[in-house]
Amino acid sequence: MAFINEGITLFKKNIREYGMYIALAVIMATFYFQTDGLFMSSRNLSNLINMTGYIAVLAVGMTLVIVIRHIDLSVGFVAGFVGAVAAILLTQHDMPVWLTIVIALILGCVIGLINGFFVANLGIPAFVVSLAGMLIFRGLLQLSLVKTGTIIIPNQAFKDIGNGYIPSLFMVDTFQGLTLVIGVLAIILFIWSEIKTRINNKKYGFEVLSIPMMFIKIAFISFIIGYIFYTLAGYHGLSWTAVIVLVIVALYHFITTKTPLGRHIYAVGGNPEAAQLSGISVKKITYIVFASMSTLAALSGILYTARLNSAAPTAGVMFELDAIAAAYVGGVSAAGGVGKVTGSIIGAFVMASLTSGMNLMFIDVSWQYIIRGAVLVLAVVFDVMTRNKAK
Amino acid sequence: MSQYILEMDQITKEFPGVKALNNVSFKVKKGEIHCLVGENGAGKSTLMKVLSGVYPYGTYTGNIIFNGGTSANTTNGVQKFTGIADSERAGIAIIYQELALFPELTVYENIFMGHEIKKGVTVNWNETIMKAQEALKKVKLEVNPATKIKELGVGKQQLVEIAKALCKDVKLIILDEPTAALNENDSENLLFLMKELKKQGITCIMISHKLKEVISVADTVTVLRDGQTICSLDSETGEITEPTIIKNMVGRDIEDIYPKRPNQKVGEKAIEVQNWSVYDSKLGRKTNDDVNFHVRKGEIVGIAGLMGSGRTELAQSIFGNPKNCKLSGTILINGKEMKHFKHPKNAIDAGIAYVTEDRKGDGLILIQDIKNNITISNLSKLSKGGIINQNDEVVVANDYLKNINIKAPSIAQLVGNLSGGNQQKVSLAKWLFTSPNILILDEPTRGIDVGAKYEIYTFMNALVAQGMSIIMISSELPEVLGMSDRVYVMANGKITGELSRNEATQEKVMEMATV
Repeated sequence: MAFINEGITLFKKNIREYGMYIALAVIMATFYFQTDGLFMSSRNLSNLINMTGYIAVLAVGMTLVIVIRHIDLSVGFVAGFVGAVAAILLTQHDMPVWLTIVIALILGCVIGLINGFFVANLGIPAFVVSLAGMLIFRGLLQLSLVKTGTIIIPNQAFKDIGNGYIPSLFMVDTFQGLTLVIGVLAIILFIWSEIKTRINNKKYGFEVLSIPMMFIKIAFISFIIGYIFYTLAGYHGLSWTAVIVLVIVALYHFITTKTPLGRHIYAVGGNPEAAQLSGISVKKITYIVFASMSTLAALSGILYTARLNSAAPTAGVMFELDAIAAAYVGGVSAAGGVGKVTGSIIGAFVMASLTSGMNLMFIDVSWQYIIRGAVLVLAVVFDVMTRNKAK
Repeated sequence: MSQYILEMDQITKEFPGVKALNNVSFKVKKGEIHCLVGENGAGKSTLMKVLSGVYPYGTYTGNIIFNGGTSANTTNGVQKFTGIADSERAGIAIIYQELALFPELTVYENIFMGHEIKKGVTVNWNETIMKAQEALKKVKLEVNPATKIKELGVGKQQLVEIAKALCKDVKLIILDEPTAALNENDSENLLFLMKELKKQGITCIMISHKLKEVISVADTVTVLRDGQTICSLDSETGEITEPTIIKNMVGRDIEDIYPKRPNQKVGEKAIEVQNWSVYDSKLGRKTNDDVNFHVRKGEIVGIAGLMGSGRTELAQSIFGNPKNCKLSGTILINGKEMKHFKHPKNAIDAGIAYVTEDRKGDGLILIQDIKNNITISNLSKLSKGGIINQNDEVVVANDYLKNINIKAPSIAQLVGNLSGGNQQKVSLAKWLFTSPNILILDEPTRGIDVGAKYEIYTFMNALVAQGMSIIMISSELPEVLGMSDRVYVMANGKITGELSRNEATQEKVMEMATV
């Protein structure tokens, strides 16, 4: 009985966070049954991840932008524009892939610093600055492709960023060996960090889960990780896109939870005046967050261009809105100061799963928009209501 | 008909834990200028909020009889306002210190905001402008009614507010510290206008801290103290003099709520500020003018003064100037001249800490937990290679929780859920964690209960015993006198006096603060 009670309290306390995972599970299960298992097939799951990749990295950056009470609408066409620049560098200047990527990321960073200048130094609302950026970079994107039209990139290495998979090294039956190994390592790492946290929390007299509850939690999450890697290993294995997204999420999760910089970002979002008086430079944080956003937009552009293997004048349309939606669905608060990078990634997958699943069910695109819109508003309503209850 | 336009009888208003008004009786004669005086927190604003319906009927006890009980919302002559709209309809207009005008709209639009003159469904602008002109004439304000409010100075804006009130067929105007933000000329104009209005039969209630002004215009003065009516003074009997008012305003002994501090040898000057002037370009005026003061090691220095006298502006301009005002003057720390701090970070590095006046507004991050709030100003102390040692952080936060006696279930409690006193302790902990040499406390005990106050005072004593210098800004006179080794008094952005512990009395301070 105590065990069930603990479960209930735990659920109530964390309903906001769990709600998202539950939503994702429900959506996936629904599509699984509606499509006779097709949705959860190795192939579809692998595609889903690759398809979400370029939005997921944007959602990570957007999380921080929204946390510090701003917004960046320019990211879509920044991604498109940087993608076009990368394509031009690769095809017309024969640059090596690594150099192209470095230049693209630096270009993104510079764009972000310019945004940051307008917002932090001149005090212009980010909405306006980035709306202007959206128009400007859309223009630049079209301008850069006006002579050539859509550029096809005949470079296998670049193409692999968006479409390739990590080598298998060895096969276990029909499964990709390296992917399985990484999956096992991920589970071990997860269990190890859970146990370490538990020991630490206990040492400081913090409340910890009861042993059976912790066992369930570890078993459940390990199962999810295991299932995903197992499924992916049954197709081509882990894609490079997935690797890049994982690295970005890990990096940003680390920065936001373990470093002073992360604390400062959330402090600025929670109360900018108090942050200022606490010795935090709100200006500097604004610069950093906008620079990181546009750098990630450049990365998103690379992923998208690599995935399509071409740079088109229409690249980047609606990316910013997908990223913002992902962040909100993922529990980022519009009032600022609240939101996790990991949440936004889940949000991105919720939205992408909807698209993917509805495509498999042959649902008309018009209805897809309506349903995605409804899910977005429901997610935020849920968020606001649980937040008010918590008070 | 009664000679009184307003009778407030035995009004009691309680907030959780505090009796803001205790059996207050307040009577205003028809056609007089009645001044309401008292220290900050005496209950003046609360009383006016009861009158104007901000606190509606039923949330207080006692009776209000307005205009002989002839207006709407009355039962047996007792007024029952359910909101500001009711009191406005009855003919009461309240003009707050913070003007409620729309800067981007014109004078005539502002005057008729909320009660537009209509022709069918549209606004009759011609009629509006004409009526506005009449109203402006009444308040002797010569401006084009089509001028935007933001183009007028504060003094003229105040007149627009009064014109607005007059257009609503007002019987009673309440002015809350009308001259606080005005220069001398504008103040005189306003006082003159009040006398003019009196001739037209309009009754005025003025809340003011400036006793000279009170004496010059008041027919009657009512003094409030600690939520009670102390006395009503009449000009005809010649009772309205500065000493009488001050005596009645302060008139209580400092109770024994201040822990004794052993006589301590004070050290060198820890901070000295010379010829300090602060110009706020947003307000368009100097918030501090040629201020000189110093604090020694191991000393608690009080800065007294009324609200708006420039105390917080002084503290903030020294502490990294977050409002980006234009500064001039010199700061010496331990005798060494420092550059003006460009950001609070520089001030923190120089060993200064500033506990803000408004802990919820710019002191704490309410949506974060106790631990994060305590460590936010000095995360580098806890970090190694750019990573926060979160175990050490927990230890630090738990230490403060215990040592400062923050009452919370754990350091994971959100600061927004704590009581005022505990929030203040978190603020204090946060700044102690930066290991400051100079601690500026801005209204350290505002809105917190007596027990927590005592704890904070004890704490302050312990800190100066370790050689820290404390600057305490406070509007509560007894606190300033009870805790400080020396007191500076501020008024109108200047230091108007310096008193040693032995010299300082409530009367003397009040005199200097009401110059």
